[in-house]
Parts: sequence; structure tokens; C-alpha cells
Amino acid sequence: MELFSLSISELRSMIDKGEVSASEVTASVFRRINAVEGRIKAYVTLTGDKAGEMAEKAGGEIAAGRKKPLSGIPMAIKDNMCTKGILTTCASKILSNFIPPYESTVTTKLAANGYVLTGKTNLDEFAMGSSTENSGLHETSNPWDIERIPGGSSGGSAAAVAADECIAALGSDTGGSIRQPAALCGVVGLKPTYGRVSRYGLVAFASSLDQIGPITKNVSDSALLLNIISGRDRFDSTSAPVEAPDFTSFIGKDIKGLKIGIPKEYFIEGMDPEVDKSVKNAVRKLESLGAIPVEVSLPHTGYAVATYYVLATSEASSNLARYDGVKYGFRAEAGELMEMYMKTRAQGFGAEVKRRIMLGTFTLSSGYYDAYYRKAQQVRTLIKKDFDDVFGLVDLVVTPTTPTPAFKFGEKTADPMQMYLADIFTISVNLAGVPAISIPCGFTSGNLPVGLQMIGKHFDEGTILKAAYAYEQSTEWHMRKPDL
Amino acid sequence: MKISIEHLAKLARLSLREEEKELFVGQLDSVLTYMEKLNELDTGTIEPTSHVISLSNVTREDMPEASLSREEALANAPGHTDKFYRVPRIIE
Repeated sequence: MELFSLSISELRSMIDKGEVSASEVTASVFRRINAVEGRIKAYVTLTGDKAGEMAEKAGGEIAAGRKKPLSGIPMAIKDNMCTKGILTTCASKILSNFIPPYESTVTTKLAANGYVLTGKTNLDEFAMGSSTENSGLHETSNPWDIERIPGGSSGGSAAAVAADECIAALGSDTGGSIRQPAALCGVVGLKPTYGRVSRYGLVAFASSLDQIGPITKNVSDSALLLNIISGRDRFDSTSAPVEAPDFTSFIGKDIKGLKIGIPKEYFIEGMDPEVDKSVKNAVRKLESLGAIPVEVSLPHTGYAVATYYVLATSEASSNLARYDGVKYGFRAEAGELMEMYMKTRAQGFGAEVKRRIMLGTFTLSSGYYDAYYRKAQQVRTLIKKDFDDVFGLVDLVVTPTTPTPAFKFGEKTADPMQMYLADIFTISVNLAGVPAISIPCGFTSGNLPVGLQMIGKHFDEGTILKAAYAYEQSTEWHMRKPDL
Repeated sequence: MKISIEHLAKLARLSLREEEKELFVGQLDSVLTYMEKLNELDTGTIEPTSHVISLSNVTREDMPEASLSREEALANAPGHTDKFYRVPRIIE
């Protein structure tokens, strides 16, 4: 068994027993990166030298009896989280030379817990996309089939975890960007409750929806990382003043009597039959473990994609106004100021980002604000109420994460609407602000992973983790590795 | 066609090429048509949601603290002097 293929908890025990050193673990992960990165291209920046130093420091701390939960654990970070002194591009030309002068709260917390940074991972430019094809740098391949997309926008992080090019990673999720790539790459992706994790240092896309979360090889690693990154942060006024429990304490508890809602709106025509079958089998498995399935309805599900693309693009058009060629990033040559703004943004942003800025500018513009933006905010209230109502009846909602397995490069790039519909099962969760996880629940006949989504009540990640772990341990899906 | 693409591009501070304008007009129109689905719902008395957790006026004490140095704040700027950002001429 190679070290790079192991989970955080497995490595923790080996490092703590002195069977391997932190430096050996990091060296193993970089050997793996050297072997497969040419085919996967999960990373936009590798930080080998820095990783070596961090591993050595972790080793020293362990030897001095000061071990921490992540001492010597190599992790990858999506390239929209600021790392001080390390290039942070958002996979955009407009930030192609941006070296943050400060560190995001999540990576500050990981560092305080001893992690080793392997590098920054690829994404759809500014996290806008569902396939990582919108990266302004390069495409990333799905480790299960390199002719297919890894999902997005955290495609680099999910692919890096699936290909064992890191032990775990962080992603960000605005409409499914952690869960959808985790599902398509056969790994575990958790979007915490909105407000659970500080967004300080996360480059903003849609501020009322964005949330950072872990992408891991198994459920217990997800709980461990959530413990570390959670909590109120005075640098993010939207981080919630809510106590975080020890999420690892939910691991291993039984799920007898747990009521799981199966929303009929998530089993639709046009869904891949193998995905449908895997998810229904997973529900039966949960039932055999003592859970009680209940058919429920989230009646406004069909309006989620439209609501999301009004709100997310509106917020994006406002957030991305800061890229003006003055304070940081790329600047186009121009004789006067307005021309500089217009050319900088025209040359610095890719097509999808421009499309979304235009859309959001329109829905916020004079005369259209009430018809689009306000209307969508009202529908958001209805979507949130759907979840409030259902969580009066059940403890957990279980759905497919995506309607299809990973698609091929180019399959949905011509028609933006087709790409937007890839997020149909993940978007409502962000609108309602509730937490959700995607875990592997099967493979298609073409050996592509299928994801199961479990959605919980606000700030009740514990129940999700409990059920996800119980399911995971009763199956072997999470043990499978792509043949690379 | 709902959109004046020229007007929008100006509001968004994007100088678009002719072929981009043509492409975006069609694509934005089809997305906006899809969004009209929201009009099927009567939302007359429904309160809008801007944030899912209700926090308001999150403040801290107004105390001076350490912040980025001038050098750090200017380090990423495409143009700067030792004290200021430098931009193309604004006033004739």
C-alpha cells in the first residue's frame, strides 16, 4: 500500500506511531503527482518546496511531542482561496499574477493544525461552471476516464483527491461546486451550512451562497476537517455565531429510526437510469441499516435553477466590479481611464464570466430589478420554506447529487443553459443555506462514479455525517480507486 | 429582444467584440427566457430573502488595529508610485 493512497486518519495513526515520517508522506504524494499529473492536470500551482518545509516543520513538532490533527498531512487548496505569498489565480487571466498579501481564514486554520500545502487546484474561472472547462488556464481530466470532465467548479480539488495527488482538499460550493465534482470523481464532498465556515480570503463569487468545505477520501476525514475549519470569524461578518460540536463524535453512531425524506422532484425524466438505480439501491441500504424512508415533496425544486442564475449572477456582477486594473491583477494598455476599465475587463475575463457579469448587470439594472432580482429573492424564500417544511417531518433528505455521471469534454459547452442544468440537484441547497454531502454510491457500467446527496437541517452537519458514515461503512464504493 | 447589448456592456465596463455581442445576445436571451419560469409563481406577499441566516449590523469596537502596510497594499498594483496607485489620465 502506497502512502499517497491513504486517508487522513490512516496516515495520522501511522505518523503518530512513528511508522512513517511527515516528510516521507509528502514525498510519496509528490511522487504520485509526478506520475499522474501529466494526465490529470488537477493543479495550477504546485508548491513542492514549501510542502517540503512544512512537512519538516510538522515532523519537528511531532518529535517534540506537539502533534496536531493535521501534522504532516498533504492537502490541496482550490485556487480561489488566498494563500499569502503564493499565486492565487482563480484560473483567470485577470488574476494571473496575483500574490495575496494575506492568508484566508481556512488555510490559516489548516496551517495552525499542521497541514502541508501541496499546491493550488484548478477551477472554472472564478468558480463559475460545472466542468472546470471554463478554467482560463487548462482543462482537468476525470481520473476515472480522462476523456471526461471532473465536474466543477472545484474540479481540480476533486480530481486531485480521486487521483491520490493529495490526501484531502478544500473546495468551495456556490451551487454545487464541491458536491457535483465529488460525485463525478467518486470522492466525498461536504458543503457546510451557510455561515458555518469563514469566507475570509475566499475570492467572492456570490456572497450569499458561497461556502468552503472539505473534499476527502472518506466521511470521517470530512468530519475531522469540518472540525478544523468551522467557527465564527471576526473577519467575516456572515460567519455565524454558532457553537460547532465535535463532528467526529457523530462518526460510528447508528441510524436506527432516522427518518430520511426522499423528494419526488429529484427523480425526474431524463435522469440517467444507472444513476437512478444506484441511488434507489442506496436508499434501500439505508433502510436496511434502520433508517425510515419517507416520500416527501420540495414543490419549488423546478424553480431553483432559474432563481439561482438570477441571484448568483447579480451578486457576481457586483463582486467582480472590483477587477478594474487598478489595485491588482492584469491591466490592459489604454490612454484614458474608462478605456482601461473596459479593455482590462474584456481581455482579463473569459467568456462564461463575461456572460454572467452581463446577465447579473441586466437583472440588477434599472427597470428590471423588481422583475428579476426581487422576484428571485422571493422565490428563494419559497425554496427555503420547502426545506423548513420537510425538516419538520424528516431528519435528512436523500437525493442523487447529479442527474448523470461525468460527461465528455465539450458536450455541454455550446449551450450555457445545458451546463446550468447539470446543477439541478445541488442548487436548492445553497439557496436554502442548508448543509449537504455527496458520497459515492455506485458505479455505472462504464465504471463512472455515482454520488448520493444527503441534505440536513441548518447547522446539523452531524446528522449528515452520521448517516453518510453508516452508509459508507456498509459499502465498498469508497475503497475503489481509478486505474491510473 | 429584451437586451440592448451595447448599454449593458457599458454598464458592466466590458468592451465586447462584434462576434461576442452576437453570441451573447442569443445566449442571454435564451437564459432570460428560461428565467421567466419564475413568473408562474404568485409571489405578491412573499418577503424576499437576501441571506439565509438573519444577522444584522455585525459590528466591532472602533479601535485602530494593524493592517496591510502601504508597500504590501501596492505590491500587486499594475502601476503605482511609492505612495499611490497610478492610473491613466482622468481629467483633461
